Amino acid sequence: MESKGTFYDYILPGLVIVGMFIVWEFVVRVFGIKEFILPAPTSIWASLIQWHDAIWGHAIQTLYTTMVGFIIAVVFGLLLGWLVGYSAIIYKALYPLLIGFNSIPKVALVPVLVIWFRIGTIPAILTAFLISFFPIAVNVATGLATLEPELQDVLRSLGANKLEIFRKVGLPRTLPYFFASLKVAVTLAFVGSVISETVASNKGVGYLMIVASSRFEVPLVFAGLLVIAAMGIILFAMFAFLEQRLTGWAYRQ
Amino acid sequence: MKQVWITTVSDSSEQNETIVEFKNVSLEYDYQGDRIHALDGIDLTVQRGDFVAVAGPSGCGKTTLLKLIAGLILPTQGSVEILGKPVRGPTKLVGMAFQNPTLLPWRKTLDNVLLPLEIVQPIKSEYYKNRQPYVEKALRLLQTVHLEGFDEKQPWQLSGGMQQRVSLCRALIHEPDILLLDEPFGALDAFTREELWLVLQDLWIQQECTVILVTHDLREAIFLANTVYIMSNRPGKLVSQSKVTIPRPRTLEDCFTQEFTDLFHEIRHQIGIVRGEIFEET
Repeated sequence: MESKGTFYDYILPGLVIVGMFIVWEFVVRVFGIKEFILPAPTSIWASLIQWHDAIWGHAIQTLYTTMVGFIIAVVFGLLLGWLVGYSAIIYKALYPLLIGFNSIPKVALVPVLVIWFRIGTIPAILTAFLISFFPIAVNVATGLATLEPELQDVLRSLGANKLEIFRKVGLPRTLPYFFASLKVAVTLAFVGSVISETVASNKGVGYLMIVASSRFEVPLVFAGLLVIAAMGIILFAMFAFLEQRLTGWAYRQ
Repeated sequence: MKQVWITTVSDSSEQNETIVEFKNVSLEYDYQGDRIHALDGIDLTVQRGDFVAVAGPSGCGKTTLLKLIAGLILPTQGSVEILGKPVRGPTKLVGMAFQNPTLLPWRKTLDNVLLPLEIVQPIKSEYYKNRQPYVEKALRLLQTVHLEGFDEKQPWQLSGGMQQRVSLCRALIHEPDILLLDEPFGALDAFTREELWLVLQDLWIQQECTVILVTHDLREAIFLANTVYIMSNRPGKLVSQSKVTIPRPRTLEDCFTQEFTDLFHEIRHQIGIVRGEIFEET
């Protein structure tokens, strides 16, 4: 069982990724696709090696803005979800506004953020935050709103106050929803920060890609994409691991 | 031996201390825009150490009756008193088990049983200082309900009957004076249910608490209780009271004795009369 789990969890997805690169390489070579249209994985890799110093600096910047924006989103999303989930009045009052806000493409907000904060780190952090708080808030709210009244009655009949009910029932019951949303939110946060960097920054992987594409360094553009994807996978895996640890009860292995 | 009558209920045959008293209690509430008249003029006296069952059709307000004692809702008219003091909210004197086991799925069995100790004052502070004696007590309780060795299991690893037993232990861990049971065996199969009747009887004899059981199973009510009340359809009224004098500890064989079946038929007949009255009114 153990080795079967490792195979399906790690080896199989690894093989799929390697397979994709092989097919990609194969297609590029057989059809003689020009490098500035679709570079082969080998030339992307070469570009990664060649520019690794520069890429590293930009990747750290992107990781930094993403994580700061994400952490703000977690705090804000938790608070908002808590308010909306617990109070039907606040839910009714805020929901249309939240839906409306979430419908706005966040790239459209970047110019506004640039007017307020100038180009650079702050608009990237804010875009990452704005794009990723919504799933957290919605999931936490759903977790709280679907809390079984029977479970609350168990605690209420013992004389528990609101805070105790939240700590003993509301919070643990919401954790699976919360962690599910973190996995979505952290990848969204990357989308946010990279969007902002491509439009209004002079640092970060997004900026690197824009510069590279203006110089027709297409392999470098793709190298940037790969770096973002890799960081996304690593962070997703981190939260998936935390989720397994803290809310394993919800998944009955 | 058996006495069945339809009256307003008042019991003075016991010399014991009165623990729960309903004084002309009525309850109305709004539900999805409708005014619901749940209970009407309930008078009920329960003596300390007694085992009382309230039987009646679904939706007649039996659960509401328990919630009034638990302090989860307050009456719109009349008063509910525990040990002579009106109920104003939940108290530690009461332990409650529900129709569903309502165990917290993220806690293992033992921690589910211990849950009340984390909340009920003043046990709470003692419990956080020294957990060990309480853990031992919880394990003893689990042993009483034949669940030794299951304390480390997660709730979903237990069967429905086992979960309900854990729920009983949880209701009793803080040694409440009154145990309220809201159709605790309603969702179980017949075999498991009868098995748990015996478990509950053992617990009651051992813990010396007062039990108020709400059920729609007349056999369950007669088997378990000293006194069986019948409740009418909404608005719920207590329409009859019957004493069950079968000696303790009762066995499942007692369900087939003449005394048991006579009593069963008698009470069944009363319910028929109640239904007939309701039928004539509408």
